[in-house]
Amino acid sequence: MARPAAGEVERRVWDALTRVHDPEIPGLDIVEMGVARQVVVGRDGEVEVVITPTYSGCPAMSVIAIDVGRALAEAGFADARVSLTHSPAWTTDWLTPGARAKLAAQGIAPPVGTPGGRRALFGEGPVVACPQCGSRDTERLAEFGSTACKAMYRCRSCAEPFHYFKCV
Amino acid sequence: MDQGLFSYLLRQGDSCLILGHRLSEWCGHAPQLELDIALANIALDLTGQADAFLGLAAEVEGQGRDADALAFHRDVLDYRNLLLVELPNEDFGLTIARQFLFDAWQVEFYGALARSSDQRVAALAAKGLREATYHERFSGEWLVRLGDGTDESHARAQAAIDELWTYTGEMFECDALVAGLVERGIAPDHRGLKAAWDARVADVLAEATLRRPADGWMQSGGLKGRHGEALGHLLAEMQFLPRAYPGARW
Ligand SMILES: [Zn+2]
Repeated sequence: MARPAAGEVERRVWDALTRVHDPEIPGLDIVEMGVARQVVVGRDGEVEVVITPTYSGCPAMSVIAIDVGRALAEAGFADARVSLTHSPAWTTDWLTPGARAKLAAQGIAPPVGTPGGRRALFGEGPVVACPQCGSRDTERLAEFGSTACKAMYRCRSCAEPFHYFKCV
Repeated sequence: MDQGLFSYLLRQGDSCLILGHRLSEWCGHAPQLELDIALANIALDLTGQADAFLGLAAEVEGQGRDADALAFHRDVLDYRNLLLVELPNEDFGLTIARQFLFDAWQVEFYGALARSSDQRVAALAAKGLREATYHERFSGEWLVRLGDGTDESHARAQAAIDELWTYTGEMFECDALVAGLVERGIAPDHRGLKAAWDARVADVLAEATLRRPADGWMQSGGLKGRHGEALGHLLAEMQFLPRAYPGARW
């Protein structure tokens, strides 16, 4: 049997990766989140997938690695290797426009502003628009939320609380 | 084996691990639900950083150990964390004051370490810097709230800063181990971090109406394995399960 060309293998692997979701943000797959970084197809067709954690202590990472292995096996790459990289560090900049739209549709405000910039310690926070009603009259309730990647906000217009995807 | 790099990575991993464990002790006990979640989240970040540093240390050592083996199967004398991070939590004021003093240092430290000539080390520092920056904003804001709050919260915050101050000197020590790595471009000279840390701390203390203690005699020894009584108790709890049930999995 002729082996499929490397480009075709790579396409099928990326396709399989879009079926893996971050358990903490079920609506997003790991490709549009920027967690799946690289697909390497070796000379003999061996496959390696490189993933990176959103946060150092992200508890979802081991589950994601297991799910990646399973999705690849289902796509016919049972021998694929899954490896972890810390560099370059994940940033919310890698969320695709599609991912940002999906976050908003789930009631999670997407990140605002420039990550990595040294915000003044007590400088003005970013203006975060309410994902329910669009109002910009919102306030931060807590720096940290139910998962490592979220903070908690409240809308002063519609009075609904909502999650904000932290900008890093 | 690169003994210098191994020992240096242990220092960073151990400080993150022990502080992460201390913060996790607040889980279910913090003054508000939001604070409970915040402290647990910071604990998680620090534990993740510890996992990365200890994992790299194990790789450098090349003896087949991993991050878990280093975390759970070393005794107190083999730990190389800063004394600051092993101190018991006491009250919320001391926990926040300690966190801020450490976060402000970590921001400067990681910023410098991100320029390490060792790409693996630089990558961990760059990753940790984003988290440390976020943590400092939280601990700094809370220190201001406590210092510039009620008479009671002010008094407790000031007492915490006074008590902790003698433990801050260790963050800027540059012993032979660090000096050797500075020469190879792997580590920054820790003495060089002091001025920028001082400026960060002075800003927040002023905003918090807290008095900066004078630099005097400083505690030392944690980085060389000389610890206080508290660390032994912490390890007894943290290491119990893997020691009692070696190889346990879930
Ligand atoms: Zn609203």
